[in-house]
Amino acid sequence: MERCRLVFSGSGGQGVITAAIILAEAAVLYENLMAVQSQVYGPAARGGATRTDVIISESNINYPKVIQPNVLVCLTQEAYNKFYPIIRPGGLLITDNRFVKIQRKVDAQQKELPMYRRVMESIGKPIVFNICMLGAVVGLTKLVKPESIMEVLKERIPQGFLKMNREALDLGLQMAESITN
Amino acid sequence: MKKENIKFIQGNEACVEGALYAGLDFFAGYPITPSTEIAELLSYRLPQKGGKFIQMEDEIASMCAIIGASLTGSKVMTATSGPGFSLMQEALGYAVMAEIPCVVVDVQRGGPSTGIPTHVSQGDVNQARWGTHGDHAIVTITASNHQDVFKTTVDAFNISETYRTPVILLYDEVVGHMRERLVVPKKGELPLVQRLRTSVKEGVDYHPYLPREDGRLPMSDFGAVHRYNVTGLFHDMWGFPSDNPDIVHGLLRHLVDKIQNNVNEITRYREYHLKDADIVLVSYGSSARSANHVVVSRRSRGEKLGILELQTLWPFPYDLIREKCANAKYVVVVEMNMGQIMEEVRKAVDRPEKVFLANRIDGSFITPTDIRSILRLIQGKGV
Repeated sequence: MERCRLVFSGSGGQGVITAAIILAEAAVLYENLMAVQSQVYGPAARGGATRTDVIISESNINYPKVIQPNVLVCLTQEAYNKFYPIIRPGGLLITDNRFVKIQRKVDAQQKELPMYRRVMESIGKPIVFNICMLGAVVGLTKLVKPESIMEVLKERIPQGFLKMNREALDLGLQMAESITN
Repeated sequence: MKKENIKFIQGNEACVEGALYAGLDFFAGYPITPSTEIAELLSYRLPQKGGKFIQMEDEIASMCAIIGASLTGSKVMTATSGPGFSLMQEALGYAVMAEIPCVVVDVQRGGPSTGIPTHVSQGDVNQARWGTHGDHAIVTITASNHQDVFKTTVDAFNISETYRTPVILLYDEVVGHMRERLVVPKKGELPLVQRLRTSVKEGVDYHPYLPREDGRLPMSDFGAVHRYNVTGLFHDMWGFPSDNPDIVHGLLRHLVDKIQNNVNEITRYREYHLKDADIVLVSYGSSARSANHVVVSRRSRGEKLGILELQTLWPFPYDLIREKCANAKYVVVVEMNMGQIMEEVRKAVDRPEKVFLANRIDGSFITPTDIRSILRLIQGKGV
């Protein structure tokens, strides 16, 4: 990996920004990589299409925003409609099939994953939906080790919620594994 | 595994880390986007180390509170954005006149007025210079990445103590909100300037505005052992108002000269690939990140592009600009306003007509493509 540019999008409250921060923090603190995370602030934080940009790299990062992402995650139809045109040709486009109906014409590897359904079936708490998504991203891209994500989570969330997050992360990793094999 | 001194944080948080490293012990402020995280974080970090945090009723009071606290011997700071910075201007002039060390952070957003609160701009450059009335000198510093945010924050405290002046830290929304790596320097790694206090004993007359031989003014913690006057009026060595023309002239010259005569000590900048550059990009703050991106990508194609990244904006380093741009065919100033620093660069260089502007004023962060478009125009390659 020389440099990977990611955009996570969804609606306010789904935790896409938190997921982006966790990923970038894992890369910087536990993998000795460079990372920059940014987001557009505004009313989108409370509904509407919210977006966050992450760049993870082995070298110094100057321009901090993402113009053409290698990895695009869209967790709502609105986010998908707004952002699918920006994906780098052949890039990885991850959606949740409960929320997004995809277009076939997009030049990308589109992965429709039942993340929300699996989280609700196995854990029953939508709050860890974003961690499941992160598991899928990490599983498909191998950007950072899952253990690095867990290390960040250990510092960020109360002990009692760790198990639930571990399960959600594993769900995402399993889904990624099942579609790559 | 994880190193304790490595953090992944927002620029605003890096500013807080720098301020605490520099020895901040009093903060008064009124939270405003995009600077809010500075107040938020200090509201619990400062009391942890025995400092004081006050959320004031507005920015006028915030600025006045830090001036008062500084006089009592504290290292002080406030943080705001354009609208609040406007309200601080009157008291900022008071701090200039009374020579009170303080650090004012302005994380810029789009203006005028309440403008575009959550989006980026660099429109307060001239406000930092001339926002308060009357002839005066001021120090304004900026940075483009978190390591430099930390360092310039420490510098700001050092400069404010050394020259007894307000220092403005002029960051912007992108630098303030973006998260990236910060390696916190070890204790003692960066030099810290402590308050120069008077050696005059209790019961002996203390002249608050009588300079030492080296021109510096030792301070006495207000409310401690000496009684003295502090005023925004022109004043004599006792700090009492005076309209004596010699005193007025002398004080104004002193206020301006103590900064202008030390431009070289105060100037901070970075440069990349300037030696053989045909085209020099001059930039600062977050814009410099986009400019740097262009320089790196064009250099790999063999084009002779270089960048001068300014950290000290005021006092403007005219000599530095003249020297660094002397051999350039073109100079392109990259900023997110309508050419506030470009005007200064034009004053500095031998041929003002070789200076161009690559800017963006719509609240969006300037992209490498925006800069390349201007370069194509200059190089006669069309749009």
